[in-house]
Amino acid sequence: MTAPGHAGADAEAARAPAAGRIFGSGRGYAAVTRVLVVVSALALLTGFSWTEAWNADDKAVLASMALEKLPALAPDPSNVVADVPAAAVLGKRLFTEVRFSRNQAVSCATCHAPDLQFQDGLPVGKGVGTGSRRTMPIAGSAHSPWLFWDGRKDSLWSQALGPLEDAVEHGSNRTRIAKLAQARYRAEFDALFGPMPELAPLPDDAGPLGTAAERAAWQGMDPGRRKDVNRVFANLGKVIAAYERTLAPGESRFDRYVRAVVAGDREGQQVLAPHEIRGLRLFLGKGQCATCHNGPLFTDQHFHNTGVPPRDPANPDHGRAVATAKVQRDEFNCLGAFSDAPPEACQELRFMATDDAAQLGAFRTPSLRNVAQRAPYMHAGQFANLEEVVAHYAKSPPAAVGHSELAHGTGGHAERMPIRLSASETRDVAAFLESLSGAVVESPAPPRH
Amino acid sequence: MSRRLVASVLLITTLAGCAAPPRDLDLSLRHPSAEGRYVVQMEPPATPPAVNQIHAWQIKLNTADGAPVRNARIAVDGGMPQHGHGLPTQPQVTREVVAGTYLMEGMKFSMTGWWEIKLAVDAPQGADTAVFNVVVDPSGVRR
Repeated sequence: MTAPGHAGADAEAARAPAAGRIFGSGRGYAAVTRVLVVVSALALLTGFSWTEAWNADDKAVLASMALEKLPALAPDPSNVVADVPAAAVLGKRLFTEVRFSRNQAVSCATCHAPDLQFQDGLPVGKGVGTGSRRTMPIAGSAHSPWLFWDGRKDSLWSQALGPLEDAVEHGSNRTRIAKLAQARYRAEFDALFGPMPELAPLPDDAGPLGTAAERAAWQGMDPGRRKDVNRVFANLGKVIAAYERTLAPGESRFDRYVRAVVAGDREGQQVLAPHEIRGLRLFLGKGQCATCHNGPLFTDQHFHNTGVPPRDPANPDHGRAVATAKVQRDEFNCLGAFSDAPPEACQELRFMATDDAAQLGAFRTPSLRNVAQRAPYMHAGQFANLEEVVAHYAKSPPAAVGHSELAHGTGGHAERMPIRLSASETRDVAAFLESLSGAVVESPAPPRH
Repeated sequence: MSRRLVASVLLITTLAGCAAPPRDLDLSLRHPSAEGRYVVQMEPPATPPAVNQIHAWQIKLNTADGAPVRNARIAVDGGMPQHGHGLPTQPQVTREVVAGTYLMEGMKFSMTGWWEIKLAVDAPQGADTAVFNVVVDPSGVRR
């Protein structure tokens, strides 16, 4: 997630359209290595510690990860109210609305607690029941093309609908939710979306995903009425998404450090302690963390199998492999009847990779912004602290399901170097991750494009 | 002293080598297909796309003697050889824009580094393949 094109590459592309290095100047790594050798030799002569100096390429990588490089939030053409302030205001109210849940006690904020970085600190989410995956944070999630750990939703608004009907989250059903929205928030919805159809005569409890009785009631409804309910239901997700789009990660010590490095401000660089800087160097270098955790959000927004042990070994989570079919047939996806986007705007869905063996047991790379504030870790809270997480990568065990991308000497990818970190290096990487914390920022105004 | 120097150089080389593409990588975007049936030219967008931005390329397909190849079917694959993963999307050749020039939509690079784009061409002149290397540099930071 770096800023769009830059003049240097533009000029180069114009000069040399037949070159494969399309994004930059293409300075050779060999030259970098030569410079490093010279710097290292000088360091030995002068007593200067080279580990505290960053070369030009390092600085470029560091700068690319600074929060200020996060591009403005792209519009969501599938959500007509995505950036409407009144929708965000209503969405914020609905985010804490417990009446949408079966037990009248669960809201979005139950698991996505605003005072806990919009997560719950639990290994797996707890709504009206207990889920099977870790609650994901919300700040910055509007930059993700795919939502949930497995990416089974392709927009924030479609994601927001999932928990409402999930048996262990809100545990409600579609007509109950739509009728409640009409009873309690009709004026607000009408102002945003036009007059609602009358829902009162419809069954109180009906939906395509609920109990047998609820599904039967849903099937018994006129298709036009089902569409009315779906429309109100989708709009509910769209206003919650409008609120979620206002939540962004705030500046961290890392960002201040990068600014100081780029400016050559030695004093400013003291915002990170020496062991945190060592950890950062390992993060970018032999720890290979930045292979996936890159850009201002520290994520490539992609799916990877890194051999994280399943929470339930008898029933391992297949992750992305079983999610692509779900999002393709989801009536609330970008190409569906309730999306506001023209089909050509749904490129992520249209060109989604579906038949990649690497998707088995793969999960979305989470952002590492504020990661130190949300233990436990991984898709089902398998690790209690960051040192355990880093130690997992240093160990790189084979995957229980599918194949780990990490080289581990037993069938990993030969061209990828194994991750080798000592115990103290593991601690340093974990310490560096502490520097990525900052307050979640709620924009008072809608995002600017 | 010399042992320390060697150790430093080795460590530095290791750090620098983590993400480095092979030095002898062929970065040409126009070359013959594997069996020489076609000359394939890849044209990236005029404005370099950002990392993680979906974008389109054009593929110009000619016979060895320069004639445009019409009505070809082109399958797209690829990935990052050094990281053991494929493309984050499934790009598709969606149409023939003009004779012998095809539109490849849905391309995305999810990170910087060395990417392969592999084409499987099927046309009246026969089936053939072509592989192109692309190095994505950090963007937005170029100074």
